[in-house]
Formats: sequence, structure tokens, C-alpha cells
Amino acid sequence: MTDISAKQTLTAGKYSWRVVDIVVAALIAVAGGVIFWAWDQGANLVTGPLTAAYPPLTGLYAGGWMIPAVLGMLVVRKPGAALFCEAVAATSELIMGSQYGTTVLISGILQGLGAELIFAAFLYKKFNLPVSLLAGAGAGLFCGLNDSFLPWGWNIAYEAGDKLAYIIFCAISGAVIAGGLSWLATRGLAKTGVLASFASRKAASEPVFS
Amino acid sequence: MRDALTLRGNHALLTRANPLAKFSGVVLITIALALSIDWVSASVALAFELLLFPLAGLTLALLWQRGWPLILAAAVGGWSTAILAPDHGRILLDVGIWSISDGSLQLGLGFLLRGLAIALPAVLLMSCTDPTDLADALAQQAKLPHRFVLGTLAAMRLVGLMAEEWQTIGMARRARGVGSHGNPWQRMKATLGQSFGLMVQAVRRASRLAVTMEARGFGGAQRTWARAASFSRLDAWVVLGGLLISGAAVVAALAAGTWNMVFLGQQ
Amino acid sequence: MTSIDSVRPAAVSARGWGWRHAGRPRPAVSGLDLDISPGERVLLLGPSGAGKSTLLHALAGVLGDNSAAGTAAATSAAVPAEAEDDDESGTLLIDGAPPRARRGRAGLMQQDPETQVVLSRLGDDVAFGAENLSVPPADIWRRVAEALDDVGLGGLPLQHPTSALSGGQKQRLALAGILAMRPGLLLLDEPTANLDPAGVLEVRDAVGRSLDKTGATLVVVEHRVAVWKDLVDRIVVLQPGSGTDSAVLLDGPPDQVLEQARDMLIAAGVWVPGHVPATRPRNAGAGAEGDDAAGELLLAAEGLAVSRERPRRAGLLRGFHKVPPAPVQSGIAAQVRAGQALTITGPNGSGKSTFALTLAGLLAPVAGAVSATTGLSEGAGIDPYKWKAQQLIARIGTVFQEPEHQFVTGRVLDELMFGPRQLGRGEERVDELLERLRLRDLVDANPYTLSGGEKRRLSVATVLAAHPRVLILDEPTFGQDANTWAELASFLSELLDAGTAVVSVTHDAEFSQVLGGAELKLGAPQPDGVAAT
Repeated sequence: MTDISAKQTLTAGKYSWRVVDIVVAALIAVAGGVIFWAWDQGANLVTGPLTAAYPPLTGLYAGGWMIPAVLGMLVVRKPGAALFCEAVAATSELIMGSQYGTTVLISGILQGLGAELIFAAFLYKKFNLPVSLLAGAGAGLFCGLNDSFLPWGWNIAYEAGDKLAYIIFCAISGAVIAGGLSWLATRGLAKTGVLASFASRKAASEPVFS
Repeated sequence: MRDALTLRGNHALLTRANPLAKFSGVVLITIALALSIDWVSASVALAFELLLFPLAGLTLALLWQRGWPLILAAAVGGWSTAILAPDHGRILLDVGIWSISDGSLQLGLGFLLRGLAIALPAVLLMSCTDPTDLADALAQQAKLPHRFVLGTLAAMRLVGLMAEEWQTIGMARRARGVGSHGNPWQRMKATLGQSFGLMVQAVRRASRLAVTMEARGFGGAQRTWARAASFSRLDAWVVLGGLLISGAAVVAALAAGTWNMVFLGQQ
Repeated sequence: MTSIDSVRPAAVSARGWGWRHAGRPRPAVSGLDLDISPGERVLLLGPSGAGKSTLLHALAGVLGDNSAAGTAAATSAAVPAEAEDDDESGTLLIDGAPPRARRGRAGLMQQDPETQVVLSRLGDDVAFGAENLSVPPADIWRRVAEALDDVGLGGLPLQHPTSALSGGQKQRLALAGILAMRPGLLLLDEPTANLDPAGVLEVRDAVGRSLDKTGATLVVVEHRVAVWKDLVDRIVVLQPGSGTDSAVLLDGPPDQVLEQARDMLIAAGVWVPGHVPATRPRNAGAGAEGDDAAGELLLAAEGLAVSRERPRRAGLLRGFHKVPPAPVQSGIAAQVRAGQALTITGPNGSGKSTFALTLAGLLAPVAGAVSATTGLSEGAGIDPYKWKAQQLIARIGTVFQEPEHQFVTGRVLDELMFGPRQLGRGEERVDELLERLRLRDLVDANPYTLSGGEKRRLSVATVLAAHPRVLILDEPTFGQDANTWAELASFLSELLDAGTAVVSVTHDAEFSQVLGGAELKLGAPQPDGVAAT
């Protein structure tokens, strides 16, 4: 009898999503949206005047929107997690009444893709700090490109120099906020023991760089 | 925020339409508007959209409540465009990196209206669509994998709880002496700590929810659907409506000569 | 599938069964030999760590997916590769097949009402399980109606939002969802731990009715024996997995087992019927029975109206002024005195917690005022809501219902030192608290990894480390086993005699009896709720 259930587990494959992976990834995405919405309320007061002065600076806090992508992948560690989490975060943004309308779905998918490609490049085997930073930067890059070159982008009419500035700010913000913070958060979560059911349960003791 | 996820009390016409049909209608309008930045196509679309809001069950008050952040965001986008776009025509203002010209002002206005015209249908869509019905439509008709769709739907139900918990955690931390005042650095640290607390609770609850769902047989390959998602004649009208609005916007802009294809730059 | 399918009670059989979770060094259960015949009703008891929940989860078919094979490359070499997977030994069968092959035969109810709800509408949530088992749609709605009637929720419309249900209603909803699957085996994992006394009986009665109707097999895990004693035919006492011994310590009819194992069960923290855990009584001379003369007035509430919501800004059309929220309770008057206990009671939704939080200076009053006397405020001002966080913790300590909400560091010792460090004084008291609340062995552990009782003790200790004169507790004994309960009650009794004022929100009548003092009963939620002291 043990053999039957064990076989079922192994043949399911180490890359397939379990129900708990789906639900936790979705909730991380949605909780990320709540946190960023709360942060945004406060951030507006500080950054408002700054960004009215030089709008591309908004790229610097775009990273918050990409936290679900990287954090979701670092916790769940299954292929497609970055894409899925960011898409779910975008959907919940849509539900809450986003100023981007339905285009937020595409932005979300593209940003998730930016992070996903990095994790895929490492064959979903490495989840250390450099990879997290790169994934965050990847998401930021795609976010910047989306906003600057796709038809519904907010920055589509800027001059080339400003567009470049924005993309660079997005990538930096993505790396530091989405990549760095998510990596730290995963280690912290692992220490609390809530990740016991996941592949990331040992994240707190994993090496930082290798 | 919990309110955004239920349709309690909304019995308007559009709540009975299939979510995918409504979504297609909105996408048609969005595509038409996305292709050009000009105030004519945006205003035409906007006018039609405003006519539709009673059909979605929104009152003027609700529309304002959900709409004013969009207006603000659109205004910011319009302003940024006005000051940073390449200049055409008479220069009105030139201060350092800011420069506003006739052309860029028009572009900025177009941006503002277009932003609104794209954002508003999404608000209408979400005001008249129940998330469970949307999930049913996505899984049964769009054939998305049901485990992901329903798993996400169940997680979204907990959002309202997360928002409440954010407030509770904030109070609990103040009761431990974590001040939310002080310089921005301290405030950021406090917010980060609060976010971490929320994340722990989120993962815990999600894990328990996953056990509940699995214990009720969820996760298998086959399942039946208690609520069958279907298309009706109303849905044909909805898609047609989207087509008409997008068509009217494009035609009006071409006729007025303000059509400004995004990829071709400004005329 | 036939349309009216009757329930076939399931039989459970375990032979030398054991389970070790992935990543844990020791097994949760080992050497379990157990037979449960169809239709039998069993209560599982045992100390925490005896693997009761693990057994229920295994029977429900939800264990076994935790292989961490995906991260084999990333795990540290310190833990051998095998320890990264779940490890099962022996056999566990439902009707002769492993539980995973019999998904849908067993229905599991857990203790947190909020995470038992899957969908937002009543009818949809009940239908969920039946959908997963591929029941034909026409039959589903018939089963839904029947199940809702069986649990007593039949009067509510199918569109009723599930978020509007009380804790007891949510648990009954979970039961309905399970019944719609027609399970032969009902598994209940501490189903009433998070409910008020009325909710506990609601759920127990609903379970009893459905068992009478379907004859399904029942396995329930619960601390409160009195609630389930008359419903079950058999009690099985488990002991922690120890490799060689059998997991079952005692097995037999309820009265027999309770008599035989009475002392052992009491020591394990089980609420044995007829036994109230021994607690330290209040000193008669120290103002135990509401004696006004002894207690210095510290906090007072007058005409207080409370709500958790913040005032909204009315829109442009109304001039942007602040609209106060509708209070959940109003007209409350109360006094908090040194060395005295104040117990806040009332039905669900009457605003007890909201009132306690307002008294604690964490929520702004909607109307009326909370005032601190100079004896308490010591120059910080009359309104606790306006105090800075550092000022607050030295004067009023608040212990929240969920201990995890208050953890701010990653180590037990740091948690205890946090308050004193903020204040710049009081570090010597930490040692005393470590001893008194038995936290010394846990100093290096991460607070989130503690057991329920340990977390509760830690949260009380961290608040007391700042040495406040007023202590406010929100449902301190919720879901606690008898030992933690007794410890907490005794400790608070000590604090009261030493001069601290203790305010507690609780449903627990025995607890308030131990503390003595005054009771503030809040009425049912109404726009003009009247409070009676």
C-alpha cells in the first residue's frame, strides 16, 4: 500500500503543481497587492512632488508591483510561478479598479515573464540572492519596456532619453525591491516554519551566493 | 476592499451577461483606443461608457467613488506626457527639463482622456461581474485549468480578510511598542515588519485552505460543474456593443482628422 | 451514480502505521494498531505531539505530497536526502484501500472557521465537494438543499455571502459541504476550539443529527471531552511516536477510559469532565470581590461608542468632511482599577474586542472618551490613543487573541527584550518572566515555531516585560488545553494581587470566576447598545 501512494507522488514529477502550491502562490500574489496598495497610500505623499518634477522617477518604486512574481517563485519553486503570481496580482489589481484598465493584465503577464525567464535560465534549480536580484531586474526591464513602447503604455510619448531613464529605474527598483526584499522575506518565512510544506522549507540555511 | 469582490445587491442587466462576453467587449474598446492617442476617439468612447454605467448597476455616487482615483491617475499621466513629450508647435513653457508646447499639450490631453476611457470599462466590468461566475466561465468555456482557476478564486476570497488583518497587525505591533511615527526610514521599517507579519499569516491560511480543498476532493482530473456557464443572446449584444463603440471612436477620430497612430509618431 | 445514494459507513484499519513529515527528525506517529468498525464513533485523546492531527489528515487523504525532490540540488548536506521526503511505514486502510485512493469517502473538518470556507456564496460552497466528486449537476443542488437543512442553515438563501456567517455557522457550513459528499467517515480535528460556547453546542448538535441520519463512522479529536462524551461510543488515547511502543495507550468505552486514565489525561491537559483544573485563588484581602476601596482608578470610559472602521471622508458633493462610522456598541461606561479584574462578556458581534482595543488606546473612540488618570498616565496625557507607542507599552499592555500578530522579532529572547529595549529599562525583569512562564528552554527558538500554549505564554510575557499597570487580554483562554488554562489563570491571579489591573474579554465563565472582580456585559449589537455593569 505504501508503494502505491509513494509511486503516485514520484510519478507526479517534482515540477508539477500541488493544490497547496496553487493556493499559496495565489494568496502571496493577492497579499502582495494589499501590501503594495497600503504602501502606495503612504508613498504618494513622499514621492508625489518628486515624480511630478521628473516623472521617470516613478520607475524607482515600480519594483513593489513585481514582488509577487519573485516571492511567489522563491516560495513555491515550481515552473511558471513567477508568471502565475504576477498574473494573479494583476487580476486582483483589475478587480480593485486599476487605472490601467484591462491592459494591466498584459503588463502583469509581461513582468512575470521577465522574472520567469531568469529562473528558467537557471533551470529552476538556483534560488539564491544573485538569481533573485536578476529576476527582479528582468521583471523591471519588461515593466519599463511595456510602459514605454507598447500602445497603452503611460510613457509612450516621452522622448527617448526619458524612456531610457525610466527603464533603468524600473530595472534597478525591480532588482532591489522585488528581488532583494523577496529573497530576504523568503529566508524570514522559512525561519518561522510556515514553509514546511514547500520546497523552500530550507531557504533560511541555503547559501547566499552559490 | 471586500466589497469589490461581491456583487451583493446588484441586479442590473449586465450582471446576467457572460463574463467572457463582457471581457471581449472591453478588450475591443481597449484595442481601438490603444492604437491612437487623441482626444476625439477617447471622448467618444468615454461618452458611450458613461451611458452604460446604469446597466452595470452603478449609481453616480458609486461611479464617482470608484472613478476618482482613475481621474487622478489619468491626470498625472497626462501631465507627465505634456512636459516630457517631444515638442511641436508653439512653445508655451520651457523650464529646465520641463517643456510644454501646443503639440505636447494636446497630446497630454489626449492621454488623459484615453487613460480614462481605457480604465473606466474595467471598473464597469468588475462592478457587474461576480468573481465566481468569472471563474466558472474561464474554466468551463475558456478551458483554463480548473485547479488554477478555482485555487485562485478561493485565495481571492481571503483578500478581504488580509486587509482586515493588516489593520489588526498594525494595532498589535503598536501595542508592542513599534511606533509608526518618526522619520521615513523608521516608518518604512515598521511597514516592512507589518508586511512580513501579514505574509506569515497569508501563507498559514492559504496552507490550511489548500488542505480544506483537497479534503473535499479537489485536485483530481475530472469534475462536474454545479453552475453551468453559457452564452445567451444578451452576450451577442454585449460583444456587438463593444464593436460599435470601438468602431464609432475610430471613425470619429478619422473624420475629425485627429487620428494619431501610436507607432507613427505625431503628425 | 444513483441519485439518492445512501451513505455507506466506512471501516478504518491501521497495522503498525507510522508517519514522519518531510524535514522533521522524528516521526509524528509510529506503531499504530487500530480498528474502527463501520458506524462506530471514536474520540481521540492524547497529549500534543501524539500525532492525532496527522492521523486525521492521513485518513482524509491529504498527506503525502511533500516530497521535496525538486530542491534536491539546493538543500544543505547536513540533512540526508531521505529525510527530505515524507516517510510512511505500515498500512492504513479505509474499506481495504489506502486513503488516497478513497478520496471523498472521508470528510475532514478543521478548527479555523475562516479557512474552512472555499467560495463566497453559501450554496456554491456546499456544492464544491460534490462537484469535485463528479456528482451530476441536478443531484448536486438537491444534496446542497438537504445538507443545509441537516445542519440548520436551511433558512438562508443560497446566495447568502459566506463572509457574513458567524464562527459556529461557518463550521456548520463546512459540515454541510462535507455532508454533500456523502462521506462514510467523518473526521473532526478540534472543530470547536475557536468557537464561543453557543457555537460549540450548535456544531456538536449538527454533527449528532447528521450521524444519526447517515450512520457514518466518526473520529473526533478534541480537548473538551464533556462536549463529545455522550456522542461517542469509544475513546482511544494515543501517545507520542516512540519507535518501539504501540501508539495506542488506552482504548475502550468512554466511562471506563476516563476512569482508568483520569490522572494521566489531567496531566496531559485534557478537559476531563467534572474536573476543574486547580488554580491559585485570589487573596481575600487584596480586593478580590470588586472592593472599590482597594483599587486606585487607572482608566475610565464614559459614554463610549466604538467601531473598528475609520471615519470616511464624504465625497466632493458633501464637502469632504469626516463621516463617523456606525458604532458597533455605544454608551459604554467602565472603570479599570488597580488590583482588580474587569471581565467583558456578551454575545458574538457585540463589540467586546473593539471596546477592549479602544480602552487600550489602539482604536479611536467614535464618541465619548477614554481617560487615563494621572496615576496611570504619569504626564503622558489623558487620552491613551494619543500616546506614543513607547509610552503606551509602559502603561497599558494588550495581549491580542492571535499571539502571532504581536511577534516582532525572530527569537524568543529578543521578543522579551524588545519592550525593555524600547524603554531603556526593565531588562532585569526578563529573567524573572522566563522562569515564571517556563520559557527558558525556548530562548533561541523562532516565536512562530512554538506550540499554541507556548505562544500564548510568550505573548503574555512580552507584554509584561514592559511592566504596565494595566493588562488587557482578548480571549486569553480560547482553544487552550487545561494546563495552559490553569497556568494563565493562576499567573493573572498573582498579577492582580500584586496591583496590576486586568481587563479580559472572554466567554469563559470559569476563568472570570478565578479572577473575580466586576463584569461588564455588552448587549446584543444594536445602534444604541446599552451596557450594564
